[in-house]
Amino acid sequence: MNNIKFTSKDFMSDQNARWCAGCGDHAFLNSLQKAMAKLNVAPWNTEVISGIGCSSRLPYYVNAYCFHTIHGRALAVATGAKVANPDKSVWTISGDGDGLAIGGNHFIHAIRRNIDINMILLNNKIYGLTKGQYSPTSDRGFISKSSPYGTIEDPFNPAELAIGARGRFFARCVASDIDGTVDVLLAAANHKGTSVVEVLQNCVIFNDGTHDAIATKELRRKNAIYLTHGKPMLFGDDNQYGLVQDGFGLKVAKIGENGVTMENVLVHDAHCQDNTLHMKLAMMEGPDFPVALGVIREVEAPTYDAATVQQIEEVKAVKKYHNFAELLLTNDTWEIK
Amino acid sequence: MKDKIMVKHLDTVVVLFSGDSGDGMQLAGNMFSSISAVLGNDICTFPDYPAEIRAPHGSLGGVSGYRVHIGAEKVYTPGDKCDVLVAMNPAALKTQIKYLTPKSTIIIDTDTFDEMELTKAQFNTDDPFAELGIKNEVIAAPITSMCKESLKGMGLDNKSMVRCKNMMALGLVCWLFNRPVDYAEKLLRAKFAKKPLVAEANVKVLNDGYNYGHNIHASITTTYSIETENREKGMYTDISGNKATAYGLIAAAEKAGLELYLGSYPITPATDILHELAKHKSLGVKTVQCEDEISGCASAIGAAFAGDLAVTTTSGPGICLKSEAINLAVMAELPLVIIDVQRGGPSTGLPTKSEQTDLLQVLYGRNGESPVPVIAASSPTDCFDSIYQACKVAVEHMTPVFFLSDAFIANGSAAWKLPDLNEYPDIKPHYVLSEQKNNWSPYNRDSHTMARYWAVPGMEGYTHVIGGLEKSSTTGAICYDPGNHEKMVSYRQEKINRIVNEIPDLEIFGDQDADLLVVGWGGTFGHLYSAVALMREAGKKVAFVHFHWISPLPKNTADVLRKFKKIVVAEQNSGQLAGYLRMKIENLPHIYQYNKIQGQPFQVKSLKDAFTKIMEDA
Repeated sequence: MNNIKFTSKDFMSDQNARWCAGCGDHAFLNSLQKAMAKLNVAPWNTEVISGIGCSSRLPYYVNAYCFHTIHGRALAVATGAKVANPDKSVWTISGDGDGLAIGGNHFIHAIRRNIDINMILLNNKIYGLTKGQYSPTSDRGFISKSSPYGTIEDPFNPAELAIGARGRFFARCVASDIDGTVDVLLAAANHKGTSVVEVLQNCVIFNDGTHDAIATKELRRKNAIYLTHGKPMLFGDDNQYGLVQDGFGLKVAKIGENGVTMENVLVHDAHCQDNTLHMKLAMMEGPDFPVALGVIREVEAPTYDAATVQQIEEVKAVKKYHNFAELLLTNDTWEIK
Repeated sequence: MKDKIMVKHLDTVVVLFSGDSGDGMQLAGNMFSSISAVLGNDICTFPDYPAEIRAPHGSLGGVSGYRVHIGAEKVYTPGDKCDVLVAMNPAALKTQIKYLTPKSTIIIDTDTFDEMELTKAQFNTDDPFAELGIKNEVIAAPITSMCKESLKGMGLDNKSMVRCKNMMALGLVCWLFNRPVDYAEKLLRAKFAKKPLVAEANVKVLNDGYNYGHNIHASITTTYSIETENREKGMYTDISGNKATAYGLIAAAEKAGLELYLGSYPITPATDILHELAKHKSLGVKTVQCEDEISGCASAIGAAFAGDLAVTTTSGPGICLKSEAINLAVMAELPLVIIDVQRGGPSTGLPTKSEQTDLLQVLYGRNGESPVPVIAASSPTDCFDSIYQACKVAVEHMTPVFFLSDAFIANGSAAWKLPDLNEYPDIKPHYVLSEQKNNWSPYNRDSHTMARYWAVPGMEGYTHVIGGLEKSSTTGAICYDPGNHEKMVSYRQEKINRIVNEIPDLEIFGDQDADLLVVGWGGTFGHLYSAVALMREAGKKVAFVHFHWISPLPKNTADVLRKFKKIVVAEQNSGQLAGYLRMKIENLPHIYQYNKIQGQPFQVKSLKDAFTKIMEDA
């Protein structure tokens, strides 16, 4: 079985994707199927579980064991599925509304438990399926159908929330960047524990251009930084800019100017237990900073599903009853003759 | 003086242990019921305690009670009134007086009947008995000080000594009922196995309580004995409804060859099922204490999708939160067992008290046409059999199933003959068939039961997608076609209707040509049965049927109900089953209603009086 090589096609269902033309979900679906093929886990050992929203329609287009559940609950359903059947590869698909508004409680608790699921958060900063209301990731002042005079609330940054909930894996990619997306999906799948992948994605109808600053390869060279564990944090057309420490914070510096050399440039350490710098990297935004892409944080910790199996084995070894009839006899009993 | 004591032989006896919620009355009551059960008596118990963990000391609201009904033959209720009341403080006396008869014996701890405690219990004088008009026989014992005296020099601190006073009371009750204390000693030594000093202290106090009884003969005229009649041979244990429910789930999972998954969030009075199942990891039971009620249910649905026997436990408020997820299980047609241990509502209501007010909620409290089977357990021990049936229906018919219990039977306990699983019916999960491989869609149905087939991740050739959107009855793809939707609505209903072929018919207890048919469901069985039995003994022509399955209704329901001229439906709500029957079955005789919604069990005598009045009504 390990030798079977799957292709993207093996993970395609017979249904045609019904998202709007130009929607970022199309590109993401393509990346996901490519990543699944590379992982070489059979479709019948793969589960894709989603909530409600445009992106949550994705399971219909994947050939696997798929479940399109209810609004906000994908992670709760996936938690049960993973505990019940821990050797399967479990993916969840949510949007910014599904994952962070109605499903916010499950988001933080799944991460806290560190259950081994790959959690995809497609973030287009808008409610698409209900036709254009602001979401928990919309910027303050954002004008939408439900905020005609601008929102008066601050958004969540998904990374801040995930890391604040003791997240051990956080990665970010841009939906239109197939290679970058496939890379982080593979890293997420290979990580043991809850892997959060924020996919920055465009909604052509209700929030077109929200991620324009990093929409193309050229713009990403300028406005984004690809982080790789063990590599210096460089960006720009010729990697001429680097991230350096500045007091308690970070700063963008041009190599060779003001005495900044490669020595000063921070080297990415995704495996560092302390999440302080991961948080700072994840919170960077334009125009002063590049947007961080790639695996920002990846640390090992016990997973809930493995611990469940382990605890059962440990208790089995200690307790003397292993079936119902034996359980009955653990009670105080008396006999009527 | 000893020869002056009369030993009175009784068929049944009710002892009510009551005191402040920290006085250990639940333990004393529970031990007395175990002692009696071991001697071969039948038992039925009812713990009644406040919602607060520690209400203000000595207050009326802080009284905790434990009623034990012991019988030579089968007893069905914890009894309307008590023969012996143990009142460890004035508040207990004042609140429990309603359970006294003129012949009841009262045991009090005189040490607590001081000015301060009397004031806390809102007495106006220093003679609570005169104030309450009590003329009963009273054993007034200085229980607290005797307890301290008894333990002097053992090396215990004052607090630990006082904590043993419940055993002084228990010892006294054991003497009163001619019960040997050796089994109680065994229970204490097992309970405090890790604290031998505490164990021995309790054992000593217990014996001193018993001996005290011996030595105060002069102040009491009667002791009691309850004989044992022949009961079914076998091994027995004492089990509460919640524990029996947990055991039924374990038994069903084993019989079905499935692993058991529980997704739950703590809520009174259902939490003990989570506690019980969490212990049994050596049986492979997986329990997840979720972040909320919704997740409890949704994670169980995920576990069902992935192939486990999936369960979620809660009480009424939790059902409100789970409703949307339950509908997902209806739509996705996944097996799911939903346990509702009912309590007083609406909203937070009466968390520790019992009602039957969730029936219509579980039948109809969801959007869309959403049929779900409903079964209600009738007694603590019936929780085992009923949850077993609920599991069987869920995995064989691919549907969520509601199991209704209530605080009364969940916390109450009874003697239970250990079951032999070989005598229980097989449970066969409705898996996909091998010939369906690569040629299957998730809404293909078994033509016999209308159940769809269960494909579990890992099975090659059965990948599929299910979800909450309406699907084509043939391809399983999303489908908004009007005709298809109507067809799927009817298929989902028909699937539930056909379960009727596997559930038992209603059984009529009493006269087939009775003048009145008493109808009940759920945890009120014992009281209704006892009331009807007493009426029949008195020569009344009365019959009784009790519903376990409420959706679907047993096949013979209409025939049975139409046989009788008068029907009374007795339930602890405003008439939910009565209304349901009127809606479901045409041409019924007039349905009378008997409804009590006080958070307390029915009283057999009130039932008898009410039914008799209905019989006399022209």
